Amino acid sequence: MRPKVKSYKQPSKLSEYPSTPAFESGHLVSKNAGWRTFKPVVDAEKCVGCLRCYLVCPDGVVARTKDNKVEIEYDFCKGCGICAHECKVEAITMVKEADEDEI
Amino acid sequence: MKSNRKFVSGDEAVALGVRLARPHIISAYPITPQTIVVERLADFVEDGSLKAEYMHVESEHSAMAAAMGVSSVGARAFTATSSQGLLHMAECVHYASGARFPIVMMNANRSIAVPWSIYGDQRDSLSMLDSGWIQVYVEDAQEALDMMIQAYKVAENPEVMTPFMVNLDGFVLTHTYEPIELPEQEMVDQFLPMYQTGNKMSMDEPKSLCFSTSPADNQEFKVMQHMAMEGSVDVIRQVDAEYGKVFGRSYHGLTESYRCDDADAVLMTLGSVTGTVRCVVDELREKGFKVGVFKIRFMRPFPKDEVMALGKAVSKLGVLEKNISFGNEGTVFTNVNSALMALDTKVQSKNYVGGLGGRDITKDHIRAIFMDLLNHDRFEERVEFIGMGCEINE
Repeated sequence: MRPKVKSYKQPSKLSEYPSTPAFESGHLVSKNAGWRTFKPVVDAEKCVGCLRCYLVCPDGVVARTKDNKVEIEYDFCKGCGICAHECKVEAITMVKEADEDEI
Repeated sequence: MKSNRKFVSGDEAVALGVRLARPHIISAYPITPQTIVVERLADFVEDGSLKAEYMHVESEHSAMAAAMGVSSVGARAFTATSSQGLLHMAECVHYASGARFPIVMMNANRSIAVPWSIYGDQRDSLSMLDSGWIQVYVEDAQEALDMMIQAYKVAENPEVMTPFMVNLDGFVLTHTYEPIELPEQEMVDQFLPMYQTGNKMSMDEPKSLCFSTSPADNQEFKVMQHMAMEGSVDVIRQVDAEYGKVFGRSYHGLTESYRCDDADAVLMTLGSVTGTVRCVVDELREKGFKVGVFKIRFMRPFPKDEVMALGKAVSKLGVLEKNISFGNEGTVFTNVNSALMALDTKVQSKNYVGGLGGRDITKDHIRAIFMDLLNHDRFEERVEFIGMGCEINE
C-alpha cells in the first residue's frame, strides 16, 4: 500500500509526542517535491504500459492506471529523470517546471 | 544465597556478567585493553554456554551500528570498546542515544593520542559525556560484573530507554585479577527478564524508526531525552537497592560516601583510584585526621543531590581525576562545582589532576593532597597537577 499524506497537528504537550523517534509506518506528514526542476510528463498515446518506469523509479511515485498506462504522483517525484531515460518507447519527456504551460 | 567464587580479571568479570544478562548479539571489534572481554564472550558462544550471535565487525563504528540494528528489532545488544575506538565510534554513540536504544557497552578507560599511549586515564569516556549515554565508573571487578546486569535493567526501563556505558580503568581493572562472586543464572533471569518494547521493527506493527524531524519538533525529542536521563536517577537507585536485596551487594546508588560524616576534608574520586584513597583515609583517620572519600559512580546522570548534600556537610572538597579539559580544568571538577553553586554556603574546592597516560597515583600523592586540603583555608591554585616528573616552570 502506498503511503498517504496525513495532515500533521503540532502537539501542544510533550506527552503527545512518541516516546522515542519511532512511529507507525505507512503515512507521511508533508509533501516532498520542492526541489524538482524538471518533471516527467507521460504521453498516454505512446505509453504501452510496460511499467519499466515503475520498476526503476527510486521513489515509487509511478502508479498504473485502469487502462494499463502510467501516472506519476508529482507530490513526491524529485525529477531525477530515470523513468524518461529508461522508457523504451520515449513516452516520457522531462519538462522544465516553469515551461509546463508551453506544452 | 547460592554463589560461586572465581578468580578472574576485570575483563573476564565483565564477560561473565554479560553472559548472565543473556544478550542476543555481541558485536565486537577488539581493541586493547578491552580485548579479553570479547575474547571470553567468543569462547562462551563457541562452547554453547552463551546462546548469542557473535558478529566480528570491521571497526568500532560498525560495532555500534550493528548494536543499533540489533536493538531496533527489540533484541539485547552488547559491545565493548576503549580509547580511540570509542572516539571512532562517536558518531554512532550519539545516534544510539537519540534513537533511545538501550544498548549496554563496556569501555576500558584509556588515554587518548597523541603522544601515543595504551595506558589508562579517563579522557576517552569523559569526552563523550554529552553523548546522552548513562555513564558509570566502577571500582573493582565485582562491581564491574554486577553493573553489567544492573545496566540492562536500568537502560531497558520503559521510562529510561537510554544506552548505558560501564567504564573500567584500563589495565588497572581490565587486566588485573581478583576474586569475585558469580551469581546464579536462574536468579539473574528472574531479576532481568527479557527485553520487551513496542518501539521495534515488526511485521505485525510496522514502525518508522529513527525518523527525521524539522526544527519544529526536534527540540522536543531532545528535551524528552534529557528528562529520561534525569528520571533515570530514581531507576538507578531502585535497581541498585533491588539488586542488593536479591544478590547481597548494592553500591549505594549514584555515589558512595566513606567516613565523610564528620570530615574536615573530603576527596572525591572516579573509578579504581577510590580503593587507594580509602586506604589512605583509614591511615590518616588512625592518626587523628578527619578525612573521607566520596566516590562518584555515575557521571551521567550527574548525582547533583548527593554532591550538594556533601557540600552542606563538608567545607573543603578535593576532586581527584584522571582527565583534563584543556584550557579549563578537570571535567569532574567542573560538574562538581556546578552542583555546589546551588548551595548558599561557599565550599572551598580544589582540583587535583593526575594519572594521565597511565601514570600511577600513589598513596604518597593522596596523603599530600589531604594535607594540602587540611592545611589551607583558601586555595589560590584551582588546578594542581599531581605526580609530575619534573618542575613546572613559572
